[in-house]
Parts: sequence; C-alpha cells; structure tokens
Amino acid sequence: MPSALFSALPAVAIALLLSACGTGESNVVSGNRDGILHYGNGSEPQGLDPHVVTGIPENHIVRALFEGLAVKNPYTLEPEPGVARSWDISDDGRVITFHINPRARWSNGDAMSAHDYVWSWQRLLSPAMGAEYNYMLFPVKNARAFASGDITDFAEVGVKALDDLTLQVTLTERTPYFLQLMDHYSTFAVHRPTVEKFGGATNRFTRWTRVENMVSNGAFRLKEWLLNRRIVVEKSATYWDRDRVRLNGVVYYPTENVVSEERMFRVGQLHYTQSVPLDKIPVYRQMPDSPYVQAPYLGTYYFLLNTTRPPLDDVRVRRALSLAVDRDKLNDTVLMGTVVSAYSITPPDTLGYYPPKLFGHDAQRARELLAQAGYPGGAGWPGLELTYNTSEDHRKIAVALQQMWQDTLDIEVSLANQEWKVYLDSVTQMHFQVARRGWIGDYVDPNNFLDLFLTGGGNNNTGFADPRYDELILEQAPRAATRRERFAIFHAAETRLMQQMPIIPIYTYTSKHLIHPSVRGMPSNLMDSLNLKYVWLDRQWQADGGGG
Amino acid sequence: MAGRRRGRLSVWRFITLRLLQAIPVILVVITATFFLVRIAPGGPFDSEKPVTREVRAALEAQYRLDLPLHRQYLSYLGDLARGDLGPSFKYSGRSVNELIAAGFPVTAELGLYALLVALVVGGGAGIIAALKPHTAQDYLPMSAAMIGICMPSFLLGPLLVLVFGIHLDWLPVSGWGDISGDKVLPSITLGAAYAAYIARLGRAGMLEVLHQDYIRTARAKGLPQWQVVLKHGLRGGLLPVVAFLGPAFAGLLAGSFVVETIFQIPGLGRFYVQAAFNRDYTMILGTTVFLSVLIVLFNLLSDILAAWMNPRLRAQYGRH
Amino acid sequence: MSTETLAEIARAERGTSLWADAWLRLRRNKLALIGFAVLSLFVVIALLTPWIAPYSYQAQNLELGASPPSAQHWLGTDIFGRDLLTQILYGGRISLAVGFVATAVALLIGVTWGAIAGYAGGRVDAVMMRLVDILYALPFMIFIVLLTVVFGRNLLLLFLAIGAVEWLTMARIMRGQIQSLRQQEFVEAAISLGLSPATLIRRHLVPNALGPIIVYTTLTIPSVMLLEAFLSFLGLGVQPPQTSWGLLISYGAETMEEYPWLLVFPGLALTLTLFCLNFLGDGLRDALDVRGARD
Repeated sequence: MPSALFSALPAVAIALLLSACGTGESNVVSGNRDGILHYGNGSEPQGLDPHVVTGIPENHIVRALFEGLAVKNPYTLEPEPGVARSWDISDDGRVITFHINPRARWSNGDAMSAHDYVWSWQRLLSPAMGAEYNYMLFPVKNARAFASGDITDFAEVGVKALDDLTLQVTLTERTPYFLQLMDHYSTFAVHRPTVEKFGGATNRFTRWTRVENMVSNGAFRLKEWLLNRRIVVEKSATYWDRDRVRLNGVVYYPTENVVSEERMFRVGQLHYTQSVPLDKIPVYRQMPDSPYVQAPYLGTYYFLLNTTRPPLDDVRVRRALSLAVDRDKLNDTVLMGTVVSAYSITPPDTLGYYPPKLFGHDAQRARELLAQAGYPGGAGWPGLELTYNTSEDHRKIAVALQQMWQDTLDIEVSLANQEWKVYLDSVTQMHFQVARRGWIGDYVDPNNFLDLFLTGGGNNNTGFADPRYDELILEQAPRAATRRERFAIFHAAETRLMQQMPIIPIYTYTSKHLIHPSVRGMPSNLMDSLNLKYVWLDRQWQADGGGG
Repeated sequence: MAGRRRGRLSVWRFITLRLLQAIPVILVVITATFFLVRIAPGGPFDSEKPVTREVRAALEAQYRLDLPLHRQYLSYLGDLARGDLGPSFKYSGRSVNELIAAGFPVTAELGLYALLVALVVGGGAGIIAALKPHTAQDYLPMSAAMIGICMPSFLLGPLLVLVFGIHLDWLPVSGWGDISGDKVLPSITLGAAYAAYIARLGRAGMLEVLHQDYIRTARAKGLPQWQVVLKHGLRGGLLPVVAFLGPAFAGLLAGSFVVETIFQIPGLGRFYVQAAFNRDYTMILGTTVFLSVLIVLFNLLSDILAAWMNPRLRAQYGRH
Repeated sequence: MSTETLAEIARAERGTSLWADAWLRLRRNKLALIGFAVLSLFVVIALLTPWIAPYSYQAQNLELGASPPSAQHWLGTDIFGRDLLTQILYGGRISLAVGFVATAVALLIGVTWGAIAGYAGGRVDAVMMRLVDILYALPFMIFIVLLTVVFGRNLLLLFLAIGAVEWLTMARIMRGQIQSLRQQEFVEAAISLGLSPATLIRRHLVPNALGPIIVYTTLTIPSVMLLEAFLSFLGLGVQPPQTSWGLLISYGAETMEEYPWLLVFPGLALTLTLFCLNFLGDGLRDALDVRGARD
C-alpha cells in the first residue's frame, strides 16, 4: 500500500494542477446575461413555511415566493397593492375591507380567494401551531383570545370572507400600522390543499415546502433547494403582475461567514452581500463607483441595565454610565463611522417621529452623578460586569466602553462574553448587570420600540416598571385621533423612559451591503426591505467594459 | 498472561469482540449526551424575541418536550432502534436522518481528499526527513511541517483564497462541486493540519524503527536502502501515525467545520457545530451518535492496521 | 544471589545511566540547547512582563487606531490604538501557561492511562480504551458550555478542560507503543527477572516509548494555545482586555489584508515557540533513544 501511495503522488499533483486552470465565467457575468440575481443571504433558512419561520434570511426567500395582501413600496415604504387590488378603511379605522385581485393565482394555477386568508390566519393563530409570530395579528379582534385558547370558535375572530374576493378584517382598535403587517410573512396566505395534503394545518413536520410540493403565490417559485448550498427561485408564470417582473430568477447563498461572503463578492460570485466586514469598509468607500451601500436601518443597539440590583438600582449610576460614553468617538474610530449615535430607543425619523435627546457625552456631569451616588472618583465602586454574546463587533464595542468608563469615571468594569444561548438565558433570567442588546423593528412605528419597556414585558429585561409609562403606551396612544397627537404621547413616554435610563442606547443601526453596480431598482430604505419586482440587472453595464 | 491469550485471538474474533464492545460505548454516549444537552442553559426555542408562554407550550408539545424526561429518553431510544433520529428543531420539516444524509457524503469526500493530501505530503516529508536526520533533508520538510501546525485552518484557508483565488485567480474561492477546481483549496486547507502532524509523528516513528535490530539485519543482508524503508521501515515507523489517524479521521466531522464555513461547503461539520449553538437537541444527539459510530469504527480500523503493521503482533495474529 | 537482588542491580544500573546518558547527549545537541535557551527566555520574559512591558496592556488610543510599526510602537498598534508588543508580551503569559500546564495535564493522564491499558491488555485494556472512545464522541462544545455555567470562568478550569480533551490521543499513541514493546525480548527478560509491573512500566516501557510521545507533546502545546482561543469564544478562558496569542492570531486573521502586522507578529511568536519546542523535543527524543545511542 505505501508504495502505491508514492506512485499516486505525481498523479495527484497533475490532477490538482489541471483542475486549477481558470475559474471560468463569473456568476455576475452569467447572471447579468441571463437575468439571474446572485444573492448572499446570510445563512441557511430554517424553513420556508411563512407561519413557521422567524428570521431575516427566511424573510428574504419567503417574500420572493409569497406575496401579502398589501406590500411596501421599496422607495417610500407606503403600502401598495399586492394580492389585494385595493382596500377600504372605515372612519373609526377599525374595519378594513380588502378587495382581492381577481387575477391573483397560486403557482399551480388555482385562483386566490378571501377564504385562503381566513384559513391561513386561523392556522397562524391556532394554539397547536405554536407560530412564534402569531402576535402580528393580535390587533385583529379576538385574535389574541383565540391564540391563547380562551375562545375556540374562529368565527368570533375579526376575519371574514364576505365573498370569494372580499376579505373583511375587524380590529380591536385603530392600528395605524396594520397595513404594514400585511407585508410581514407571518400574515401571508398558504395554499390550503397543499398544506393539508402533506400532513394537516398545524403540523410543523410536513414536506409541503419542498421543491416538488411547494405551491406559492409570489413573483417567483421554488426551483431548487440544496441544503447549505443554495436555494434557486425562478420567475413565476402565474403571478398576477408577472409583466413587471424583470428578473428571471434569484440564487440565494447561505453566506454564514461575512469575510467569505466579501471574498465571493470580490471574485464576482455574488451581486449582493448581506453584510460587510467592518474593517473592509474604508477600502470599499474609497473605490470609484463604490459597491458599498449604507443606509439607516430601523434598529437600535443598546445595553440593558439590571435596575433591580445595586449599584444599578440607583438612577444616578445609570445616568453616569450613559453620559460617560462618547458615542461619536466610538462611531468615528472603532465602528469606522458606519452607524448613527443614539441617545434614545426609537430610531430617528420612524415614520416622521423623532425621539427626545435628553443628554449627550458629558464626562464632567457623569463624574458628578457618580459622586452623588456615593462613589466619588470611583471610590468604593463594587465592580460591574458587562455581558455580551460572542461576536467580533460586540467585543470591540464592549472593550471600548470598558476603557471609556475606566478613564472617565475611574471604575472597574469586567467583560464576559457568552455563547449565544447562554447569553439569551442570562438576559431572560436577568442574570446580568449590564448586557448588550439590539432591537430591529418589525414594522415602522415608534410603538414597536416603546412597548419593549412595558412593565413585565418579555423584552423589557431591565426591571423597569413605570405605571405612567404603561398607561401612555397602552391606553393613551391608541386613542389618539391624529398622528401628531399620537407621536406627542410617544414622545412624553420616551422622555420618561430616558430619564430613568434603564438602558444605555449606543447607536442606530445601518444596513450595509455590497451591491454590484449592474444591479438596478434596489433602493435603500429604513426596513432594508427588498421588493424583487422592482429589481433588474443592467446588461449594458457589462458591455461598457466593467467585467466583474 | 493476557498477552498470550490475545495472541491466540483470530482477527475475526477480535473484530466481533470490538463491535460488541461498541454497543455499550454508544449507549453511554447517547445517555450522557441526552442529559448533558438538557442541562445546558438555553433551549431550542430561545431566541432574541422571546415567545409567549402559549407558543412555547405548543412548540414543546409538537416536539414532545412536554413529556417527563425519562419518557423522552426512552422514546428516543425506541426511535433510534428503528433508525429514526427524530425531527430537527432548527430546520422545520427536516429529519435529522435527512440532514446527516445530505451533509455526510460531502464531509466524507472532503475528509478523504484532506487525508490523501496529509498522507502524501506529511508521510512523504516524514520519511524523507527520517532517512537523513540532522541534515538539510531533515530540517527543510520539518520546518514546513511546523509552520503548517502554526497555521490553523482559519488562517491558512483565507490565506490560500487570497493568493490562489483572488490575486492569481486560479481557483474558486468557495463552493463544493459547483465550479471545477473548487475542491482543491478546502482539501489542502484541511489536509495541511494533519499533514504536519503526520510528518512529525512519521519522522519520529521511522527514526525509532530504523534503529531496530530487524532493520539492521535487513541492511546487513545487503538489501537496498529504499527496499528496507518500504518493506520494513514503513510498517513499524508509521505506527504512531496510525494510532493518531483513527480518531483524527473521525474528528474530521467536527474539525471540518471551520473549513466548511470558510469555503461555504454544505457538509456535516457545519450541522454538527451549529446544532450545539442552536441547542437543536435531536440534531446534537443524531450527529453525536453518528460520530460515535464513526469513532468506534475508525479506532477499530486503526487498531487493526496497527496490529498488521507491528511485525511482532502480526506474527502472533498470523500464527492462528 | 537471589533473583531479587539481581533485579535490584539491573534496575539501579539502567536507571541512573539512562538519565545521565540522556543529559550528556542532550548537551551535545546545539539546536536543542538553543531551543531550550529561547524557551527559557520566553518564560522569563513572561514572568517579568508587568515590569518590562512598554505600555499598559489596556490603555487605548482610539484616535490612533491601528497603526503599522513605528518608533513609538515597535510592532504597531491594534484597532484600539493599544501597543501590539505589550499585547504579545501579556498574551504570552496566558498562552505559555495554558500551553505548558494543559499539556502537562494531558501528558500525565494520557501516558499513565495508555501505559496501563497497553501493559495490562485484555479486559482492563478494553474497558479503558472504550472509555477513551466515549470521551472522543461526547459533544465537546456542550461540555465546555456546561463547565462555564457550572463553575464560572477561571483559568484553572481552562487548563483542566483542555487537558481533559488532549489526553485522549496521547493515551492511544502510548498504548500502541507499549503494546508493541510489550512483546520484545528485553521486556520478557525483565518480567522473568521478577520486576513488578509498575517498575517495569516506569523504568523500561515508558522511556522506550517516549519518542512519539515527546513529538506529540511538542505538537500539542501550540495546538492547545490555539484551542484556548476557541474556548474563549465559547465564554471559557480569558476575557478582554486580557489577551493571548491564540486570540491575537484569530483577530489578526480577520484583518490580514488591512493590518497584516496584527497577524504576522503574534504568528511569529507562536511559530518561534513551536520551533524551539520541536528542536528541544527532537533533542530529548534522540537523547533518550537508548538503542539509537548504541550505534
């Protein structure tokens, strides 16, 4: 055997060399020719059932395969017709009547109807289904009661098919953002006969989303699904608005490693990356015709403070810590100017809402506050631990903050990185003092950020409890007659929140992508929301001598 | 004496015995893993946006986590006996069997190529070095091997990609079986770490053997150097390499994770590591059971190979 | 004379001459001595680091950021503007400690375990080696996560955790060696002389099997240093602003195109250590190789 191995050596060497000759045509070049978008999608989706999945990579693919009643215009984020051709809203804002487009079809040719939605929403809300995003429909009358099993007759829930093409939805109270929710995948309709054929409505273990079984209603249909390799969708021949769809298909890659993703982009294997490694950004920024695209994103990066345990039960200590953080300096140096400093929880310009700014970087005031709290110049400081989940970027921020607190307040703060699930456990159990947190909005409305801090809320995790705050968010805001009045209430609530400082806001997220210059119709927006119907690939670009 | 008794064992009896021993081994592994993952903090349904109590209860019911722990354990064993590893928690609608079936062939192929690279490069370097110790012929390949050890795959992989994928544009930077030549860089990256070990262990083993009496006898008989090395030296000299290779090859499953991530390879290594991160209970158990079967098999194989290569042991097995 | 006294004499003679000869031979090997000297220097530097480091290891200069080597910072600075030389010096303390202690733990368990299994053979061997198989198969990451949760984070735990993993292969190699030696004439002779198994293993089998073990040990030390970085990602081990060579290399690998010095210098420190270890290891192996010395 060993001698055979030696004689194999030259053969192996030659084989390696032969296979090494050239890498052929890049995906970008062939994609531009054939109208195929090569898309870095971040990770392998956990599935493609709109009522089961929960993540961002899933969102991208599900939204290509399915379409909601109303969809967000990628330029304005205003709702525009999807499966529903139009809709009427009653004067009190509580009854919305959707008129289904008679041309709307499932990918097997079946016509879509209002009954599809009644059935699908019942599926989403069924207690046995355990759909994690069922709360998206909680603004609907009796939806919450049905989901928790308090009522069992779905007829009592505010969803009715008046006829095949008319869907009437009754809400508990005026919900200005309800139409936005129609573009969230959890509210999409699924094809009843298909779902039932492969195991029943609330069975999570079925094969109905497989390539050979899947029936969907979006601009694209599933063509290939290779685990951890790629998912391919192709233009649907039955989609009602197919004439406007310019792409012939999209290939989604599970690009888990951002550094690898960037390299794939560099050699022309991708048109679009989900993310960009921080350290590469300065280089890309300087490129002429730069593919680097950065835009404000509806999310906030902040630190949770455990207000139930000393020393953070003292609001002065919390404020001292927050005031000692030089957010602009952090952004300009460690974060390469890729974010926007934040001083409150709601991102600025959330549907025209601007959060209060009660403080800025103020080292002097921070020291005074700490002294008032009983730790002048850091004397007697009991120590503090900052917890974050393992990630390069979180580490950088934590290390910078640690030093800022040391320099400004002369206090010792230790760092503890934790594996993701351990970290989640620590946060929900409140086994931490300071913990890193991020929140990405599900819909564009201040409510989506401010209801995090309701007393006992699942995402509160700080021990913050203020009855007046709860009343403003839960009672007063929904009753507001105008948007201006509603935003004034939110502003008052958020002011209370930031005076108490149960969190240290750090920055407002930005979406960061590398997008090949041949990609058109992909505007940046606050939701980082992509509507593939608008996207096209410029064949000319390649002819101009771009190459790839 | 134990040694003499074993001497009378036939190879087949030895293998049967070892395979029988595998049953308790795998049972212990399953049991320990089953309870370890349940104790570990965080569950499969924990996510950044926590789910409501009702939803959690429904999910637990769907995955049978609402049963008492001992019943879960027994039902898992029952399913396992029928070859059913259960549904994955993370990948909805996929069974663990299906995920392993999708990932393993890729990882096995990658591992095989890596092993080939390791054996050819590492074994070659080790033998060449051992023939003329303390000369340039020894120091050069050994220095290369040491640099190989210092180059963890998270470093070597990107480095190779930068040089051969991006600057020279000879080879694809990612993928597996999609573009011609995309298997070259991952195989080299994964193989390099093992090559370095094999080179060092091989050299040491060879040096050991080349001093033994029977080699000297062979030399004294006037056999040419290369024949002595190939016929006698390799068998004894690569003994430590073989002991190392058994677990090493099985360990590729976990070890290939880094390479699979760097090169976007759809292998089992990614599933194995991600399952732990996701607390995908069934997937952790399934891959662990699979891995333990591999370990038992490969350790057995490496022990058989070791026995075959060891002239004295072989003589005893052969006696029967 | 009784057989016991004969054995006594044989043992005494062999024992003293073996180690004394080995030391003599080692002293003649220049490379091994250089390796030993450099390693000792590293250890001394590591011990003296708090007094000789040019900067504080945590003092940041965010405005400076990552800068290439200069007169102020001989090896450059990292993205926080911290002096890289200082980082490497402090990192060396952790890495050398982890490398040597964890490997020593692994060596102790692995050699003992493998030697006993290999010598005893039969059922004892089967049980011991199947236990090794079990430990190989258990999901390592879950085990580490549990450790951090149960015991919190501390360096001692890190040493034990790494040692607990690394001894497995060591035991397999040792067992294979002992098994093959077990059949040789001089062992049979020693047994017939009435040596107790413990003495036989300690005096004759282990020293004769040491070659591959020494080599594997010198390989284990650097891989343990890199493993430490991975464990730090899981939450076990050193926490920022403390650092280690493994961590510095893994951070440096991320930015190898932008700031190559952040990868090159920590990498050099590790490579240099490995080279020295191997020279020393080879020297030791040659020195202890009784049969080789008779040539």
